[in-house]
Amino acid sequence: MEAYRPFLISIVQSAFAIIIGLLVGGALIAFFGYNPLKAFIMLFKGAFGGLSETFETLAYAVPFMLTAVPFAIGVQAGLFNIGAEGQMYLGAVAAVAIGGAVSMPPYIHLICSTVFSMIIGAVWAYPAAILKIKRGVHEVISTIMFNWIAFWLSIYLIVYHLAEPGRAERSLPILPTSRYTVLYHGSTLTTVIFVSAGFCILLYFFLKGTKIGYEMRAAGANPDAARYAGININKAIVLSFIIGGMASGLAGASQILGRPPAWSLYATLGNVVGIGFDGIGVALIGRNDPIGGIFASIFYGALLNGGRYMEYYVGVPSELIRAVNGLIVLALASPEIISIIRRRIRR
Amino acid sequence: MSVGRWVKVALVIAFIIAFYFTLRFFNLKPTSLLEAGLLAMTPLALAAVGESINEKAGLVNIGIEGIFMISAVIGVLGAEAFNNGSMGLVVGLVVGAFIGLILGFLSVYLKADQIIAGMGINIFALGMVPFLLMVLWAFPGIHIFPQQLMVPSFYTPIGRISPVTMLSIIIAFIGHFFLYRTVLGFRIRAAGEKPEAVDVAGIRVDRVRVFTSVLGGALAGLGGAFMPLCWFGGLVKEISAGRGFIALACVVFAGLEPLLSLIAAFIFGFTEGLAYSVAITPGVKEVVPFYFVAMTPYITTIVVVATTIGKKRFPQAIGKPYSRE
Repeated sequence: MEAYRPFLISIVQSAFAIIIGLLVGGALIAFFGYNPLKAFIMLFKGAFGGLSETFETLAYAVPFMLTAVPFAIGVQAGLFNIGAEGQMYLGAVAAVAIGGAVSMPPYIHLICSTVFSMIIGAVWAYPAAILKIKRGVHEVISTIMFNWIAFWLSIYLIVYHLAEPGRAERSLPILPTSRYTVLYHGSTLTTVIFVSAGFCILLYFFLKGTKIGYEMRAAGANPDAARYAGININKAIVLSFIIGGMASGLAGASQILGRPPAWSLYATLGNVVGIGFDGIGVALIGRNDPIGGIFASIFYGALLNGGRYMEYYVGVPSELIRAVNGLIVLALASPEIISIIRRRIRR
Repeated sequence: MSVGRWVKVALVIAFIIAFYFTLRFFNLKPTSLLEAGLLAMTPLALAAVGESINEKAGLVNIGIEGIFMISAVIGVLGAEAFNNGSMGLVVGLVVGAFIGLILGFLSVYLKADQIIAGMGINIFALGMVPFLLMVLWAFPGIHIFPQQLMVPSFYTPIGRISPVTMLSIIIAFIGHFFLYRTVLGFRIRAAGEKPEAVDVAGIRVDRVRVFTSVLGGALAGLGGAFMPLCWFGGLVKEISAGRGFIALACVVFAGLEPLLSLIAAFIFGFTEGLAYSVAITPGVKEVVPFYFVAMTPYITTIVVVATTIGKKRFPQAIGKPYSRE
């Protein structure tokens, strides 16, 4: 029992932060004149009301378990990598470039486009690692700047080089040979969920079970001690950026190759924008653990999916969900809230 | 340290020379460029000066981006409610101060991880801004307010200049004076270097830090409200577009000096103004896609920070919560 104590504490902290986020979110709903109880009931119904709703929730969860990875693995290695957003955009563009503009035999095509988007994500993550190591540029500044450069670069590539002829608002559609199979008709869940969950599970074993994974965690936990023990901290930094970039690229690809009905990237990037940033919240709810991230992403997917029903039936704009995510992050940043409340209750 | 200073001086000189020849080459009017550059400078300068003081006291606020966004929206709401643009600026300032207070409270009393708390504010703003645009004006992602709410600019020999721009320059000088010539400024610097010593001297570290967080938040809030009310004339949901982080880059570039922050904000703001002025010049706009022009502020930021960062000395207790033993 005692061995599970840290694990239980972290679950309690996450649950507590979620409750605070939902309470403040509910207060905001009430403040603007909607019925918060009705809103949350519709949210739950929309997320888990039936089989197709539940599968849709899982479809929403897919990219977030991946965009949680860069931040989560970054924190484990002692970094604040918030570059998932830009790496994810370019991963999506890469998926279009191979999946839509090149023809190949089935399966091979799918593998090529998926792998290429992961490579592009990693390539875009790499400069931030180098700037950190060689020039001491803080990764928060560099990754945000790279996000915005990636934003404009992606729109440029879609509009100038990968546009669907006659339809300016979106990119080339993905060829049928490069699409993941829809798992359940009535939802947008495809087999890409196995790839993304598999990535997270493999990453978990990589971090916990291999020497390099251990060194990365040691570098994050105590850089001085790790350096003293002969661990190459720079290697840990580069590796965490590259793994994060691969995950983000895959997240971008999952929305293009594995998400009907668009099967393409909109020129405004409208179907991927924000997925990277929300991943930070998901990573924190999942306690910066790849497996925890899977559960956190299902929770966040449920909020997003149910949020649409809430907007439709109660009128609360679904953007509120992202604000709630920010509130949860604020609550998670201050774990002492719990101990203070506990002291108050004991008195 | 001295090498870094020379690099900076060389950079500024190179910038001015390049600027002069660019103007000659494109036949641009210097006054319109100066106007554009000063507008882009103002929010960066305000936020960077506030954040310099905040970081001197030992706190880091990476939620400036979120403060910019939220105070821009609430600032416009205030301007419409009071039917007066200047009141909108005041409302933006108060909102920024309030968010600064929350962040200061979380960091000082609840010993929050400051970077995660700042990201929480940013993510909150990313959702809250489109939410507010919907519930307040029932229109997704954009809001144009009546143009008589714009805060009027002064006509000067070097072009039209917003009063807030002048204020931001004055604030940078006051900030420098405040940090290095007043008792409170000395306490702020000490709170960032040796909080134990400040505590032993009988001064409340917690109050000093919450004060700087509120001050930094208020200046960022003024900068946020400046964007729609003095500059763009409207709101979009991505109004800040990374400027909060460019302001942080100014702080890093300046090594937490308010006056150098002003210079950094001027460089970054000017590059933005220059890029957009060049972009609409006939002969250029047909060749260079707009998307590349839009990237320039971010590329400039990375290049400038990467080439000048060197060995900066930051306060010893920066980012660390202070607790009495």
